[in-house]
Amino acid sequence: MTGAVDLPIWAAVPVALLLLVGAALTLIGSIGLLRLRSFYERVHAPTLGSSLGVGCVLLASMLFFSVLQTRLVVHEVLIGLFVVATTPVTLMLLARAALYRDRQEGSDQVPRRQER
Amino acid sequence: MRRLLPYPFVSAALFLLWLLLNESVAPGTALVGAVLALLGGWSFALLEPGTARVRRLGTALRLLGLVLADVVRSNIDVARIILGPHRVHRSGFIEIPLTLRNPQGLAALACILTATPGSAWVEYDSGEGMLLLHVLDLADEAAWVRTVKDRYEAPLMEIFP
Amino acid sequence: MSEALLTWSLLIAQVMLGLAMACATWRVLRGPRAQDRVVGLDALYLNGMLLLLAFGIQSGTVIYFEAALVIAILGFVGTAALAKFLMRGEVIE
Repeated sequence: MTGAVDLPIWAAVPVALLLLVGAALTLIGSIGLLRLRSFYERVHAPTLGSSLGVGCVLLASMLFFSVLQTRLVVHEVLIGLFVVATTPVTLMLLARAALYRDRQEGSDQVPRRQER
Repeated sequence: MRRLLPYPFVSAALFLLWLLLNESVAPGTALVGAVLALLGGWSFALLEPGTARVRRLGTALRLLGLVLADVVRSNIDVARIILGPHRVHRSGFIEIPLTLRNPQGLAALACILTATPGSAWVEYDSGEGMLLLHVLDLADEAAWVRTVKDRYEAPLMEIFP
Repeated sequence: MSEALLTWSLLIAQVMLGLAMACATWRVLRGPRAQDRVVGLDALYLNGMLLLLAFGIQSGTVIYFEAALVIAILGFVGTAALAKFLMRGEVIE
């Protein structure tokens, strides 16, 4: 452990809490990948990690480095913005791909394409 | 001015991104950032993405706060579903007719719905404006339609006219 | 006091993120369909990125941040490309 020695307790407690909450939410999301039964249910699982999980861990990192270096460290915002912007795109693409494949196979688990 | 900065927001965002990445506001960094912002704005214009007009910043900020609160709430809901016993929840597809037609507004709605755990945007039929949504906890279908239409679509239609 | 608190919470967080990565890997290996594997991969790189950030806090250096940024960018491109590949019918048409 380097650096954490001189971290005051008022900063250490929120950093620890944010880390634990973020990691726990991410773990729950990944457990969801195992427990949920169909593909369309499992698509929801990673969003736990990519919304609050990433948010909490990034906040913890920002707080930690800001206090440690006694200046505002905010470049973690970049990762946050990037994840927020990209996760919906990937999940939407995946859901559409899965729907397309299921329809190709004539699965009755998914709604049919609307006739125009 | 329009020739120099065809997309001022894109250029400003690129400039800020560069400063954040370097974590400094030294003159050299700012200069490189400015060049990058100008080049980025020009190349973005070459893609001809069309312009989005955002109105009512207050409504947009209120919507952002609402979405943040919803993300926290639905995180807890979905965590409970995942950790709870099997087969107590019912998931499924719902179809929601949308009146929102603005492409930027639709993109924002898609991001909101997919980013909040528990609902995933699956397909949108631009001809009829029909949205196919997959919901993890489909206890009350009408409530979901109301949520999407009143909570998200109505403010988005104000923001993107 | 604060050192012990941080050390332990970091350790627990890292174990949890490691377990999360294991869950995602299991989904990648098991499938059953290709789209399930891609969802698992998506979760895997996200969890790996968070683990790197936790390592960054532990070591007190910002080098891990850059690695996390690269993983975030490459992971997105990879998942998007795989998702597009799964829709191969529409690519060809």
